[in-house]
Amino acid sequence: MVKRVIFGTLALLFVIAGAYAAFFIAPTERTMGDIQRIFYFHVGSAWAGMDVFFVCFIGNLLYVWRRDPKYDSLGVSCAEVGLVLTTVVLITGPIWAHPVWGIWWTWDARLTSTFVLWLLYVSYLLLRSLIEEADRRALLSALFGIFAYIDVPLVFFSIRWWRTQHPAPVFMGGEGSGLDPIMKKVFFFNVLAMHIFAAFLVAERYVLERTKHEVELLQHEAEA
Amino acid sequence: MKNLGSIFAAYLIGWGVFFLFYLSIAKRTSDLRAEIERLKNSLLRPK
Repeated sequence: MVKRVIFGTLALLFVIAGAYAAFFIAPTERTMGDIQRIFYFHVGSAWAGMDVFFVCFIGNLLYVWRRDPKYDSLGVSCAEVGLVLTTVVLITGPIWAHPVWGIWWTWDARLTSTFVLWLLYVSYLLLRSLIEEADRRALLSALFGIFAYIDVPLVFFSIRWWRTQHPAPVFMGGEGSGLDPIMKKVFFFNVLAMHIFAAFLVAERYVLERTKHEVELLQHEAEA
Repeated sequence: MKNLGSIFAAYLIGWGVFFLFYLSIAKRTSDLRAEIERLKNSLLRPK
């Protein structure tokens, strides 16, 4: 319990420091102005989300291979946290887009593939809620999770493969891409903070899943 | 600061979503712990 409190406090301190740096340390972007400060939170959440989905994918693969319930718990914990992070990306994106593009939403490659990603992980969680039997639920959702992960690289490469409304990549985006050195430091600090925060949420969600498993075992014992 | 409302809205809504998610985890965990206590007590009770 003490470890969890320390981890939570550390995650909170990092995200508070990240927000402070985004508002007060990062310089104002020349073209977009202050609204660009959403970038640190929006992209930080997006990168953390993609990495959490990667851990989910690994958990799903390991479950199919080993059939150990702890990998199922890891898979569902990461799927839920990744979904929440993607929800934040889908909310903060349009808030940033409206003053810059003049529209809240457009069906461009990046936005559409991210929305599809969100729908896929909603389906993953819905699928789990529809299957009663634990082993069957774990196996089918792991297989679906492996399939759902295919969209993650598609989201990542969409702004490299298709040039539509969403801005081109800031990093490794070729000529003209890149960030001001202070912006870069603030950005990577925010990415780190969001990863620590995401890891904390996954750890909390994992404890919940293991507790659920314990309840199921006790229920079986009580029924026997 | 221009567009201050939009910047605050993005951060507040985003952190609101995280906060609600954390609360839902805490609530579900606490309900399950209560269920574990109840089940353990019912198993310990002589039949």
